[in-house]
Amino acid sequence: MLLSEIKTILNAQVLTGEDDNVLENTNINTACGSDLMSDVLAYVKDQSLLLTGLINSQVIRTAEMMDIIAICFVRGKSPAEDVISLAKQKGVIILATDLPMYPACGRLYQKGLRGRSHAQIL
Amino acid sequence: MHKYYKIDGKDFSIAGEASSDFKTVLKKLGTPAEIVRKVAIAMYEAEINTVIHGGGGECDAAIEKDKIVITFRDQGPGIADISLAMQEGYSTANDKIRELGFGAGMGLPNIQKYADDMSIETEVGKGTTVVLSINL
Repeated sequence: MLLSEIKTILNAQVLTGEDDNVLENTNINTACGSDLMSDVLAYVKDQSLLLTGLINSQVIRTAEMMDIIAICFVRGKSPAEDVISLAKQKGVIILATDLPMYPACGRLYQKGLRGRSHAQIL
Repeated sequence: MHKYYKIDGKDFSIAGEASSDFKTVLKKLGTPAEIVRKVAIAMYEAEINTVIHGGGGECDAAIEKDKIVITFRDQGPGIADISLAMQEGYSTANDKIRELGFGAGMGLPNIQKYADDMSIETEVGKGTTVVLSINL
């Protein structure tokens, strides 16, 4: 699913400043919803979108380690400027939606964006 | 090739800098992506542990002929029961750490999953040394 479609489905804003052209050329294969970074580190595949309610810098670091392409902050949360700066520096795209976690994941799943069906590393 | 990092135990916001730098080094050297990913995840978990449990410390990361060996040393409280610490879900982290998305008791199990070998030397009241290696 293209990141531009994800932005529309979640009625999300782009906090790291990428224009529509970038979003239209960024493909996301899987998504994961979690506030536990250790779970993300254990189970997520690359070319992924992470949906989370956590907005600290370790979310960006986790995305960096996992080669996660984009993060969507849910529940209307907005990270501090230094977190956005870190994301820009690491090339991680940040979206933000007012939707809570469950409806945000549900909308994407309904439109065909799947996650991992079972725990398996790499 | 060898890299040395001081791990700051006071500022959680910069935890992961060493892992980030070493990941960049590996990518520049043309290391296969799957190996880079395994090193990055195992090293990052160990670095977070050094910060939140060890109160900071130091890290040596060495690229050898057939493997990458990463050593984290701290002078923290040590691990009283290693087999308990290795259990998924067991953690002694405080609420502040849990609010930051860690302390779920997945750190050491994750390192073991991604590293090809891991050893822990620890003494209560003296500190902990974790050595992890990933085959090339």
